[in-house]
Amino acid sequence: MAETTTTKKTIVVFSGEMDKILAAFVIANGAAAMGDDVTMFFTFWGLNVLRVDASAHVAKTPLERAFGWMMPRGADHLRTSHFNLAGAGPHLMGHMMKRHHVDPVRSMIETAREQGIKMIACTMSMDVMGIHREELIDGLEYAGVATYLGEADEANVNLFI
Amino acid sequence: MTISIDELRDLKADAVVDARGTSCPGPILAAKKGIPAVPAGGLMEVMATDSGTLKDLPAWCKKMGHDFLGYVEEPGYLRLFLRKAA
Repeated sequence: MAETTTTKKTIVVFSGEMDKILAAFVIANGAAAMGDDVTMFFTFWGLNVLRVDASAHVAKTPLERAFGWMMPRGADHLRTSHFNLAGAGPHLMGHMMKRHHVDPVRSMIETAREQGIKMIACTMSMDVMGIHREELIDGLEYAGVATYLGEADEANVNLFI
Repeated sequence: MTISIDELRDLKADAVVDARGTSCPGPILAAKKGIPAVPAGGLMEVMATDSGTLKDLPAWCKKMGHDFLGYVEEPGYLRLFLRKAA
């Protein structure tokens, strides 16, 4: 076996729109398929993609509850960054993705897990957005900026999406 | 190594991966999944419909140390061939 060069890629997922999330997961899954270690660091609006599609019974302040209602609940409820068209945009894009055999965000997340991509949720922005661990999908790590920076030090590509 | 289309057509692959109907990064994911079944120095064929695979599979081969041999266009899909690193 010829020597293959395993390198690391880190991706900061700050945005929560469907198209940007899609780009992040296509790059992440592509890199993992090419033998790279990949770490995705989810922060602020990016955390919403990791929410489970059901209300968790957690104690929240009224403001946290309001945030929870206003933000998309998981991968199937994301808006698009352009042409959202009051919610019609994601359906139109979903239709076009299906026609061109592009996997939806939900299955991209599943593929990322299968490939051993490390997904880290930023605990600081979870606090700010009022998002609790009980509301997020399983298999995540919880950490802060130092962990991300430590990972980025080892990487040769770092993206902020 | 250059191989003619006719020679490619006659190749008998050790494993055939069908990535038709998947889009980026589906074909290279399929290649990654299929390659363990190929013996070292063996031949793998990837069937794909995503035209980007023509660039992506050679890039994947280069990164992984495999030898991209070429491709054959069939009606409606592509057959791409690679030799696994020895």
